[in-house]
Amino acid sequence: MYKYNEFDEAFLAERNAQFRAQVERRIDGSLTEDEFKPLRLMNGVYLQLHAYMLRVAVPYGTLNSAQMRTLALLAEKWDKGYGHFTTRQNIQYNWPKLRDIPDMLDALGEAGLHAIQTSGNTIRNTTADHFAGAAADELTDPRPYAELIRQWSTDHPEFQFLGRKFKIAITGSGNDRAVIKAHDVGLQVVEQDGKVGFKVVVGGGLGRTPMIGQVLREFLPQADLLPYLESVLTVYNVLGRRDNKYKARIKITVSENGIETYRAMTEEAFMAIRGQYDGTDQQQLAEIKTHFQAPEFRSGSTEAFDAAYANDPVFRAWADTNLAEHRKGDHAIVTISIKAHGQTPGDATAEQMRVMADLGEQYAYNELRISHQQNVILPHVHKNDLPAIHATLKANGLATANIGLISDIIACPGMDYCALATARSIPVAQEIATRFDELKMEHDIGHLQIKISGCINACGHHHVAHIGILGLDRAGVENYQITLGGDATETAAIGTRTGPGFAYDEIVPAVERIVEVYMAQREGAEETFLETYRRIGMEPFKAALYPEAQKKVA
Amino acid sequence: MARAFTPKVITANDLLEGDVIYFTADDSWTRDLAQAELITDEADAQLRLLEAEKQNIRIVGAYLADAKAGPNGPEPTHFREDFRRTGPSNYFHGKQEAEANV
Repeated sequence: MYKYNEFDEAFLAERNAQFRAQVERRIDGSLTEDEFKPLRLMNGVYLQLHAYMLRVAVPYGTLNSAQMRTLALLAEKWDKGYGHFTTRQNIQYNWPKLRDIPDMLDALGEAGLHAIQTSGNTIRNTTADHFAGAAADELTDPRPYAELIRQWSTDHPEFQFLGRKFKIAITGSGNDRAVIKAHDVGLQVVEQDGKVGFKVVVGGGLGRTPMIGQVLREFLPQADLLPYLESVLTVYNVLGRRDNKYKARIKITVSENGIETYRAMTEEAFMAIRGQYDGTDQQQLAEIKTHFQAPEFRSGSTEAFDAAYANDPVFRAWADTNLAEHRKGDHAIVTISIKAHGQTPGDATAEQMRVMADLGEQYAYNELRISHQQNVILPHVHKNDLPAIHATLKANGLATANIGLISDIIACPGMDYCALATARSIPVAQEIATRFDELKMEHDIGHLQIKISGCINACGHHHVAHIGILGLDRAGVENYQITLGGDATETAAIGTRTGPGFAYDEIVPAVERIVEVYMAQREGAEETFLETYRRIGMEPFKAALYPEAQKKVA
Repeated sequence: MARAFTPKVITANDLLEGDVIYFTADDSWTRDLAQAELITDEADAQLRLLEAEKQNIRIVGAYLADAKAGPNGPEPTHFREDFRRTGPSNYFHGKQEAEANV
């Protein structure tokens, strides 16, 4: 993984020193809040409902054990003992004190981490497939490109004051685990005539106007990545609307002008910009790639794994749900669920972070990942180590066997933390997970993704959930709308609203009724919820959700 | 006919801690909504907000929030202000925990 060089270290130290001085000037009254706010946001510091929040980037979701221990240190020393992993492969601290934040940033900097561009109208943390470099279905590791984008976009003078935030995601696999079609720019590594390049998707996004991205380029040679991205951003910066913040995203620009116009303008800009790149970026890419060499995988029998799988049903259930296929047959990718039933999705205590860091160091070649689904990944694990890993996870409340199941819920912070939220998300997730655990149904239900947002900004990705839940304020009362049929993968789709929303105490029973319809209608256990929905459509679910309306129609 | 004025409290966040705070009748700040000044006159509310904002070296983002008189002092009328008053509902922490440990 990428290691900071002297330039990176000096840059970060200087940037943190600047911010420390800005904090001091805010505290002594030299800076007003209006002057200070954009400065703190440039360093990932928000003021939320109950406290400040510091958002730290985990670039493309990758970190090593020492970095995870630093995240634990921040949680313990300057927060309330936990951190919250988000859908953008960041970690948020919910309770820092303003005066402590410069120290937190220095500690992060020493570990090769930062909070730059985790807020503001700029290019945010570039996200990637959390199985990158490990997945059996991968064409090539997309993270060197993500790192190149990070270095290019960090403090890029032209893109510090965009109309709105700008999100880029990248995947190296055909199976999309990075939700690239719901990003401002989505990049998929593809191969053409034996050469590696990118399919470029633009104009995706969720929020109040959810849209699936459109293909801008079927194949972009890898050497053209930065000049082409710069062209896309340049056109957006010029053409994008600034009269209305809700219409200032590239999805609106593409939609209003049409993909053909956007493509023509991008290609025109590209012709002008391409010549300004003298190949330095490719040299830099080559250097970055040396940091992403695969570890020296050890070989050996998988007897211990096979025995545990055959003899221990608890281990087997965990292995069936929480392991993914690694590109090396005797290895596996482990997803650690930080969604024990009833817990806040994405929260990990400092102690749990240290346990995961130790496991990464001992068994996973010193590498961990954060997924956009708010879980933690050990990307490379020899199968014979899995029983020991499982035992340690079990002892620390981290062995919940629910990845991809109904309790593996994505939930934004909602009104429990977020100043923008209009209703709560987390307690809804907690109650759904607890309910289906009580029913002992979730393994029978199989693959089903619930995603919950506490406001229209859709940080919980509810539009692309199989069952999406959106919390709103209806006349001073929390109300929850349901969407069905969303899909966050390569077959991405925006879910369809079922009808009127439900009160807080009605939402869990409503989800139960939806699941009952699925269980009754599915053609065998192999047919997933999404497949059933696509086959039978909305009506049976509506009938179960709104029986009174059905009676009136009859 | 003009709509009746809904009583207000002035609330903000503490500059250093970020905590939810409320403006009192003696121009100081409290973390306890029950001790806040309940303002029942519309013109008075605007003036008191200006007074509160003068202390921007200590506070962030002062605004008027709807409230009602309760037996022990002002109470929130909207769930958002209720969560601001009590702290997050997912864990027993934040202000709830701090008050329980007093």
